[in-house]
Amino acid sequence: MKVLEMNHVKKSFDNVEVLKDINLHVEEGEVVSIIGPSGSGKTTLLRCATLLEQMDDGNMIYLGDEVVKSIDGKSTYKDKKSQRNALQYFGLVFQNFNLFPHQNVLKNIMGAPIKIQRRDKEEVRNQAMELLKKMGLEDKAKSYPCQLSGGQKQRVSIARALCMNPKILFFDEPTSALDPELTLEILNVIKDLAADKMTMVIVTHEMNFARDVSDRMIFMDNGVVVEETTPEELFNSDNERTRAFLGKYHDMM
Amino acid sequence: MSFIDICLQLLPGMAVTIEIFLITLIFSLPLGMLIAVGRMSKHKIIQYIIRVYIAIMRGTPLMLQLLVIYFGPYYIFGVSIDSSYRQIAVMIAFSLNYAAYFAEIYRSGIESIDNGQREAAYILGYNKVQTFFSIIFPQVIKRILPAITNEVVTLVKDTSLAFSIAYAEMFTEAKRIAAAQTSMLPFVAAGIFYFVFNALVAFIMKKAEDKLNYYS
Ligand SMILES: Nc1ncnc2c1ncn2[C@@H]1O[C@H](COP(=O)(O)OP(=O)(O)OP(=O)(O)O)[C@@H](O)[C@H]1O
Ligand SMILES: [Mg+2]
Repeated sequence: MKVLEMNHVKKSFDNVEVLKDINLHVEEGEVVSIIGPSGSGKTTLLRCATLLEQMDDGNMIYLGDEVVKSIDGKSTYKDKKSQRNALQYFGLVFQNFNLFPHQNVLKNIMGAPIKIQRRDKEEVRNQAMELLKKMGLEDKAKSYPCQLSGGQKQRVSIARALCMNPKILFFDEPTSALDPELTLEILNVIKDLAADKMTMVIVTHEMNFARDVSDRMIFMDNGVVVEETTPEELFNSDNERTRAFLGKYHDMM
Repeated sequence: MSFIDICLQLLPGMAVTIEIFLITLIFSLPLGMLIAVGRMSKHKIIQYIIRVYIAIMRGTPLMLQLLVIYFGPYYIFGVSIDSSYRQIAVMIAFSLNYAAYFAEIYRSGIESIDNGQREAAYILGYNKVQTFFSIIFPQVIKRILPAITNEVVTLVKDTSLAFSIAYAEMFTEAKRIAAAQTSMLPFVAAGIFYFVFNALVAFIMKKAEDKLNYYS
């Protein structure tokens, strides 16, 4: 079953077309990585998928729920309430974490499930503690974000997203604010999630990681999908642009 | 007249000063938030009206505003004003004036919060009101507390402006006694009063700041 389907997505900023007819389909349990040079539109695509940005044209369907329809060449959004409902389908992990600094780790994780999803407090606490344990942070439950390392913050923000029980989790360069050692700990967390069959879309510059973890990779350049295929095929691509982009990566190997 | 006697005579005035102080805060702190929201409104007309309001409140002396509000009903509408209106005029003038200052403090605080906080809250399903009260405002409070302290300290001293409409707060009384007794002592007592009052304000605000220091 498709968790997410985005078709013919177009998005411009100030008359500059940043996304030019993008399709993104994600099956349940699939891990899709998006790579591409800076400014190619990766973040914009994730922001459209997570309703932080409105697309100009194209449609978007989460689990059969058409949140955005394309009518007469224009994206038409469902009403605000339905958009709010659609937020329940996904989670987003930000590059710079965006934890709430005035709340401790546990409150950061438990806040929305209790307040927004109106779930039972004890049940949420158990899930939160379980997630923290999984992240190796059970002793940090009462700490405040300012007392954590970048890698720990990012693990908390992943736990926060997971505690909402999303059907799909988006990552926008989850490690690019981190040192190399801390990067590794986050990448391992994501690999564990992949092993648990979490559906994920990951924008990353970590090529080795993307190659390891992804079922499918998308190479974007200049607002278009240049290639979309398995990691093996992408890394052995004949496409000139793909080769040019991955060339830098091959050189580093 | 001994210093103690003077202090005793000033006691009712002190109570009035404290009353002006507290009532001004009670009204202007929430009103300031309302004004800040209007100032940040997407509605251009509302935003413009609020900007003019803030500009006037900050651009003209509080004493002048006090006189306008006190004498305005008479000069403009010919309504006779009785002396009980003094207290109301003082409260209105102070609250409106201070609300404008607080509004600008709130606004700068709210605008200083990283947009990532709002986006994270949005993704988690918080609506606008929930985002404001559980995510934005608690962080704003911490950031603006020093600026609020400044205004509150100024307010303590500004209460003396009520003398301009002969409202019987402490400073008005001190002036009256000083004139009657041809003595500086009432002013000394007044000075000590303001000083101690402000030391207390500073102490309480410091405690509040410490309390919010559990995160950075
Ligand atoms: N809010 C905005 N207003 C105007 N232009 C924007 C906005 N957001 C993004 N852009 C532009 O859209 C283009 C795509 O940006 P985007 O952030 O999606 O790229 P990216 O692929 O995520 O790049 P990076 O790898 O550097 O994160 C860029 O040219 C950027 O300047
Ligand atoms: Mg980006």
